[in-house]
Amino acid sequence: MSDASATNKRAQREAAGPYGKIGQTLNELDDRLGIAKGGRTFMDKIFPDHWSFMLGEIALYSFVILLVTGVFLTLYFVPSVATVIYHGPYKPMDGQRVTEAWDSTMNISFTVRGGLLMRQMHHWACDIFVGAIVVHMARVFFTGAFRKPRELNWTIGLTLLILAIGNGFLGYSLPDDLVSGTGIRIAYSIMESIPFVGSYLAFWVFGGNFPGTATIPRFFILHVLILPLVILGLVGGHLFLLVRQKHTQFPGKGRTEKNVVGSPMFPVFIAKTTGFLFIVGGITALLGAFAQINPIWQFGPYDAARISYAVQPDWYMGFLDGALRIWPSWSFMGFGHTIPLEVFIPAVILPGIIFNVAYLWPLLERKFTKDNEIHHLLDRPSDRPKRTAFGVAVLVFLAMLHIASSTDVIANFFHLSLESTLWGMRILVIVTPIIAYPLAYKICKEMQSYRGGGKRKTPNIVSRTAEGEYVATPTPAYGEDVGHELDATPVPTYIEVEPDEPVESGVRTVDR
Amino acid sequence: MSDLEEHRTPVSLNGLSEDDLRLQPLAKNPQTVERVIAVTFLFGTLFVAAFGASFWVNAKPWILGATMGAGLFLLGVGLVAWGKYLMPRGPFVEERHTLANSDADREAFAAAIVERGGSVVKRRKMLAGILGGGMGIFGIVALFPLLRSLGPLPKGTLFHTDWRKGSYAVDQTGRRVNVGDLAIGSIVTVFPEGTENSDRGQAVDQTVLIRISNQNFTTQKGRETWGPMGYVAYSKLCTHLGCPVGLYEQQLQLLVCPCHQSMFNVTNGAIPQFGPAPRPLPQLPLYIDSNGNIRAQADYDQPVGPGFFERHRVTGSKL
Repeated sequence: MSDASATNKRAQREAAGPYGKIGQTLNELDDRLGIAKGGRTFMDKIFPDHWSFMLGEIALYSFVILLVTGVFLTLYFVPSVATVIYHGPYKPMDGQRVTEAWDSTMNISFTVRGGLLMRQMHHWACDIFVGAIVVHMARVFFTGAFRKPRELNWTIGLTLLILAIGNGFLGYSLPDDLVSGTGIRIAYSIMESIPFVGSYLAFWVFGGNFPGTATIPRFFILHVLILPLVILGLVGGHLFLLVRQKHTQFPGKGRTEKNVVGSPMFPVFIAKTTGFLFIVGGITALLGAFAQINPIWQFGPYDAARISYAVQPDWYMGFLDGALRIWPSWSFMGFGHTIPLEVFIPAVILPGIIFNVAYLWPLLERKFTKDNEIHHLLDRPSDRPKRTAFGVAVLVFLAMLHIASSTDVIANFFHLSLESTLWGMRILVIVTPIIAYPLAYKICKEMQSYRGGGKRKTPNIVSRTAEGEYVATPTPAYGEDVGHELDATPVPTYIEVEPDEPVESGVRTVDR
Repeated sequence: MSDLEEHRTPVSLNGLSEDDLRLQPLAKNPQTVERVIAVTFLFGTLFVAAFGASFWVNAKPWILGATMGAGLFLLGVGLVAWGKYLMPRGPFVEERHTLANSDADREAFAAAIVERGGSVVKRRKMLAGILGGGMGIFGIVALFPLLRSLGPLPKGTLFHTDWRKGSYAVDQTGRRVNVGDLAIGSIVTVFPEGTENSDRGQAVDQTVLIRISNQNFTTQKGRETWGPMGYVAYSKLCTHLGCPVGLYEQQLQLLVCPCHQSMFNVTNGAIPQFGPAPRPLPQLPLYIDSNGNIRAQADYDQPVGPGFFERHRVTGSKL
């Protein structure tokens, strides 16, 4: 290598500074945006390590998958109820009068390359999204993560759940197939049941009496633009508050209300969370490949006069359907009006109560416990037996309502009469939460008195003494648990470069 | 030789030595773990490439999903393992600063809003009042045209169907139903002639026609002429939530709604016998004309389908 080029390289390196091109780019950015200090703090941001903090990530990443697959689907879906004659590769439906919405969904499923996979992934991701939100919310509830100062984020999260359910229902309705059309019919009737404003609301949402021609185009724009934008904005707010207020953490060695112990954003958390995004995407793709979901060619296009047996909505609508099934047929008629209580109470009042109690819960708990302190350390669920028991009772209640949405299937499967199944579910819905509350309370109390609860168990070594007595001594903690016993340290700050190769006289290593 | 060529070793500022346990990976044998992760990444990459190839040749959907899913999954697992086992194990700590500011800052902020705003508004109460009123009224008024243009007012169509005096009952293909068409115990969905292909016909007018017997059949007092030659007709819309009451249980003479299992007894005026439906299915009065065609005597005597607040606002409705 010539001397001149070596000098040249050296000059370049000198100009670039110790961090080379990346450092230069960062400097240019910092000149304009002033990001160096904040960026450094962000790289050092600590994420506590606990498996339960991953639940919210599942929700976030399934939402990412929803956005990506959803964009793909909008390229081919036609939101129109104009009728066309179906001529496609699915021969049993050939020559049928169908809507463009159904026709284009069939086109996505059978003709568009990768279309069926994207459709099934989109549907699976939605079911996972809502499910992950619910489980994440249960984690936040049972550990008391919603307490001051995080009440606002609890509210945003709950709103996200409602929007996710609503947008899921809208999307489920878009293909205009027989099953989802029945779902829209039920939604129409539920709106209609609201006293005073119900029929106006239903007429304006649907653009007239059922079925109306406005439904699919309106649902489409709500489903692909308006609600996703709102959800995206709220997710942004949710994450902003999370960064601003920093994570909660479980109590443990060196963990206080004044610090956060865990892994830094870069590189550990970034690696884990990006990997996790891939895992969620991979599992969704595998589900889309191997688990059929919403095969609209088996249902056929919507026809208000037809219906299929054992029709059930997506899982997150199950509790409403169950409530509608088991609520008695009490209708109010008088004063020249009808109030369809048989629909209004289970489908409007009941979810209204559930979600409002959830919204108000942080406030209610502060009122009852008179605890107005700031909390960053999480509760162990067993340490708050009343809250835990209440949450368990509500979940059991919802689960029972969910099961009640399959009374006909249960009756068929177990060869019971529909009547006994219905009455059984009515009793279970009321009785099981009443049993669940004291049971969960008692279990919490028991767990409180169990020493070392929550820690990983180690085997005992049983030995016999000279006197013949048997003594059990626990073995030391597992090796991989030892890491957690270390004292936490601030993220070290490297400011030096990697060492160069030793330089011999006259010879220089070549920069790559 | 300039300073640049000097040796430099990584030095941490907070007094951690390079071999501090917290900076070491969690893996006991990092080389092995690295090799395993490398293999995982390799297979993940192969699968992702296979996804591209199968997309190119338009392979079956399950092959696309399997290759993409396996590829992403393996890459993800490898990356998580890299983060968990090969990166500094920690734990690391970060101080949590109180979010609340000092009392002085808080007071200044509150003062800026309350004092400054208050002094301005207090002095110009009238202006603020009128502006507030104007903006409020605009907010309300802006809703009206938006709401009102969304759809028609809930009038006629909720209360009446297309069945008229003399309407022919036709099946879904538009064929008129004749008295000889149905055997006893048979059922057919009928529409008033001309609506069988319209959305509205499907959604509102749909009616089940059942032949119960050979004789004129009376389902309830006052309906002696409604069931000629054993033909009775009920609205097909469930009075619970409007699903089509499509299942006919012939032996029990029940119409069953598959949505929420409401059951209506067709022999006694479709009174709900089970389930959440609160009202009988409205019955359509029929007659048989000289050609033997089944026709309607009139429209239903009450609104069909689920309940709503203004249900009674229909002339002559007793129910």
